[in-house]
Parts: sequence; C-alpha cells; structure tokens
Amino acid sequence: MTDRGVLSSHDRRNPGVRSVIATVQGLLLGGLLLIGLGPVLWLAKSAVTPTQDTLRAPLALWPNGFDFANLVTAWTRVEIDKYFLNTVLLAFGAWAVQLLVAMTAGFALSVLRPRYRKLVTGVVLATLFVPSVVLLVPLYLTITDLSLINSFWAVWLPAGANAFNVLLVQRFLDGLPREVFEAATVDGAGPLRLFVSVVLPMSRPILGVVSVFAVIASWKDFLWPMLVLPDPAVQPLSVRLPALQRFVELDVFLAALAISTLIPVALFLVFQRLFLNGGALGGAVKG
Amino acid sequence: MTTTAPTRQAAPRSAVRPAVPPRRRGKRRGTGLAALLFLLPMFAVFGVFSWLPILQTAVMSLQETNLVDTPEFVGLDNFARVLDDPLLWTAVRNTMWFAFLALVIGYPAPLVLAVLMNEVRRLRGLYSALAYLPVVVPPVVAVLLWKFFYDAGPNGLFNTVLGWFGVAPVAWLQDGGTAMVSLVVESTWAAMGGTVIIYLAALTRVPPELYEAAEIDGASVWRKVWHVTLPQLRGVLLITFILQIVGTAQVFLEPFLFTGGGPANRTTTVLLLIYNYAFASSLGGDYGAATALSLMLAVVLALLSALYFRLTRSWSTT
Repeated sequence: MTDRGVLSSHDRRNPGVRSVIATVQGLLLGGLLLIGLGPVLWLAKSAVTPTQDTLRAPLALWPNGFDFANLVTAWTRVEIDKYFLNTVLLAFGAWAVQLLVAMTAGFALSVLRPRYRKLVTGVVLATLFVPSVVLLVPLYLTITDLSLINSFWAVWLPAGANAFNVLLVQRFLDGLPREVFEAATVDGAGPLRLFVSVVLPMSRPILGVVSVFAVIASWKDFLWPMLVLPDPAVQPLSVRLPALQRFVELDVFLAALAISTLIPVALFLVFQRLFLNGGALGGAVKG
Repeated sequence: MTTTAPTRQAAPRSAVRPAVPPRRRGKRRGTGLAALLFLLPMFAVFGVFSWLPILQTAVMSLQETNLVDTPEFVGLDNFARVLDDPLLWTAVRNTMWFAFLALVIGYPAPLVLAVLMNEVRRLRGLYSALAYLPVVVPPVVAVLLWKFFYDAGPNGLFNTVLGWFGVAPVAWLQDGGTAMVSLVVESTWAAMGGTVIIYLAALTRVPPELYEAAEIDGASVWRKVWHVTLPQLRGVLLITFILQIVGTAQVFLEPFLFTGGGPANRTTTVLLLIYNYAFASSLGGDYGAATALSLMLAVVLALLSALYFRLTRSWSTT
C-alpha cells in the first residue's frame, strides 16, 4: 500500500498544483456522477413515472406524477417475482459449483502438489485461451444428450469449468506460507483436515473474490441460459426481459428493469470493499 | 485460531522469498491419492463441459450434423461453405470495426480515469464506487436501457441532449453509420469500471521510490506518468489489451439485443453469425457451419494473442 501516486507531498503543498488538482478532481467527480450514477438514477426515476411522462420529457428531473403501481404490476402481473427467484437460484448453484471445483482443485495443485501438477495446470490454463464460443455448439449438444435442457444443472455444471477461478485460487494458495501447512502436517493433520481446518479459513479473501465473480457472472449471463432454458418458467431475468419488452407497457417494463438491477446494486453497495479491493489480496494471513 | 507465531512473522505481502523453496520428496505416500480425489470435481466438470466439447468442435466442424440423423463426415465442406458466405466477410469487417472502435474509445478511457483517480486523497471509495457502478448493472438491463436512450425520435434521451445544442436528431441504432459506434459506446460504459479497478490495484504496486528517483532527476508530472507509471503498468496493460481484443472479437450481446445485426447487416458480428448458423429460427441447425466458423475464430484469436506475446517479449528484451 503506497500512500502516494504521481504527485509527491511536496507537489501537493504547492498552491498552484493544489488548485489544478481540485479542479481536475471536481470535474472527475462530476463526470463519474453523470456517467456512473446518472443512468441508474434515471432508471430508478422512470420506474415510478407514467409512460407518457417518460416519453415526452425523458430528461425531466421531476416527473408530473408518480406511479408506484408500476413496480407492483411488474412484480406480480408480469411475474418478475418468478424470474427473480430463477435468477437467484441459478446464481446460487453456479456459485456453489464454482467454489467447490476451484477450491478443491486449487488445494490439490498448490498444497498437495502431485507430480503431474504442471501438466494439469497447463491443461486448465489452456482452456483460458479457448474462447467460450468454441464450446457453444458442442456444449449445447452435450446438454441435449444429457437431457438437461430446461434444467438448472445445464447452467450450474458448465459454470464450474472456469479456469480463471482455479488459477486464481492456486495462485493465492501458492502465496500462503508453506510453513503453516507443514506445521499442520507435522501435527498429524491429513489432507482433508488440512483443507477444512487450515486452508479454507486462510482462504477467506480468495473465497470472497471467487464468490463475487461467480455471482456477478451468473447474474450477467445471457446467451447460455437463453439456449439451454427455452421454457419461460425456468428462465432468469436476463433472458426474460428482452422478450417482455414486446408485450409490456414501457413504464412497467422500466420498472422491471429497475427491479432486476436492484439486487446486484444492493450487493455491490454492501460488499463494496470486496468488489473494489478484489485485486488486492493483502492481509491474507490475519487471525 | 489458526494463527500461530510463525505465521504472524511471515509478512502477508513479503517481497523477500526464499530463493529456493525447500523441496520435500518422499515420505508423503498418501497425498498422491488425496490429490487425485481433490482433483476429481475439477476433472469431472472440466472433462464433460470443457475439454470434451473443445475436441468435439474439431470433429463436428468436419461433419454434417443435425439432431436427428447420425453425423456424416463431409471433409472441409463446412469450411468451404462458410468461407463462401458473403455474410462472413461482412461479419468479419463489422467485428474488426467494433474492435477498432473499442480500442479507440474503450481502451484509453479506464487508464486515464485510473491514473487520475489514483491521485485522489479524499473520498476515494466514492470515486471507485461510481466508476464501478455500471459494471454491476446487468448487461441485458444496460442494453435495454440504452436502447431507450438511443431512441431515434426527437424526444429520445440522447436526441433531447443534442437538441439543447441545436443538433438534429440522430437515428442512432437505425443508421448504418452510427449503429456500431452506439454499440461500442454502451459496451465501453458497461465494461470500463472493471478495468479501472484493475488499474487502480496495479497503481498501488508502483514503488514510490521510482517516483522519488524521477523527482530527484527533476521530472515533471507528465514525464513521471510516461516514464514511471505507464512502464510499471506494462504487464497489466498487456493483459487488458489482450482481454479486450479477445472480448470484442466475441461481441454478441450488444448486436443481438440492440440491432439484431441490422441495419442491413451493418452490425452483424462473427459471433452473431455463428449463433445464427446454429440457433436462429430462419437458418438454424447448421451445426457444422457454426463449429467450423467458431474454430476459425478461435484460431485467429489464438494467433493474435501468440503474436502479441511474442512482439512484446522481443520489445522488452531488446
């Protein structure tokens, strides 16, 4: 953690430099508010604005009237509740599978270190370079062969085949002090105990990172669930929303969009540190 | 409490590591089997849903496959048919145009933002949160929202803004000239925050001594950015560059939801074409053509990354 960037503390004391910094940072904050928060706020406003207002004056700061019924209509009559639940279930299962695969594999490769570790790492790494589109058709046919169409497993299981997670966990575990593992082994801990009682508790930071990636990726996913979940009853929001656009009135549709955004944004606000410091995995060995 | 005295001593981010890690061979007979067991979930999931399908792609590209009849080997017919499709070259051109626009618009933006944000001392969290917020908006929501922003009428959101400056309404998505730019702007907005966070993390790892040394040599702010910050970010910049090329070459969501490839195939990308070969209701079911094209795309992407790795390595050694 450095406490300085390009500018030195000497620079920062210079009044000329200070005013430039203040100006640039003011502009930066304004710009970020506009592009980062603006569209989200606009969506929130439009979700409770009657269609006519949104169409006539999309940039009006204060609509003529509020129509909170939009949200209720979207949730109940348009059945956003059902798609919402599907989205949550899909994210939860994908998260569980990814965590299981990444942690066990990372543990085996990094802590147990079998002799073929390099080979396996290489084969996993290689899939990173194979763009996912290559898998699209054969994976779809595999799912068809396994009769998993319209089953959540069709989304959960392929999500586990994520090389990025495995490598991330592996690299994290590589960075942990091996003396701890050796001490535990000397104290008589077997591989399972080493995994559950030593490695997992020490892996909390990376578990958090992988979890965030997993949930976000699942919530974002569109093409794959669209292919393997053709039945609207099991579709997540991302797949259902474009179809809804065709037969739902604009204000209710925007309310549905707002509801779909709510959970990810709420998660983000609650776990902000995890999202924003995900890259910095310092403090791994804190008690 | 798993923390023991030796752990506490080992600094979490110690720069000093033992040059040669102590090797321990033998006396761990049980771990071989245990490692295999722990690797089992990974082998199962990767085997069925990654390694096998990758191999299948190669086989299927040589076959005429539909879900009913047994697949029949047709040699390179699929490749020939795809290469003969005039739409392929349109799609390739469009995809390259998208990638180029994304490089011009989307690549420098997060870097500039991150370097500026790194100088912020107060409310840093707020800046990062604002920059990252679009990333957590689900992409489908983002596209559908922006589709409304791009409304071609004079009351469309962006056209309203243009109207303030007396500019005539633009048919963003319906006009062949602006459709692709509109897609790129939205996807830049949606993706930028993630890259900003990556750069910010990398910036905290730039050793302050380098800046101090540059200052002793009397370097200006601009020269410090150019000669210290950017070279220190070289590795990360390379990674994000490759990720972006690989990502833009596979752009699907934006053309699929914004324009469906229109107007007049001006936004049909390679991935959209693959999707259409395999799954679109009109063409559809041509799995051979779809896999042949995805294989060709994969080879091009692999070549691109390999070339880039080579180039940067030779530049950095000479």
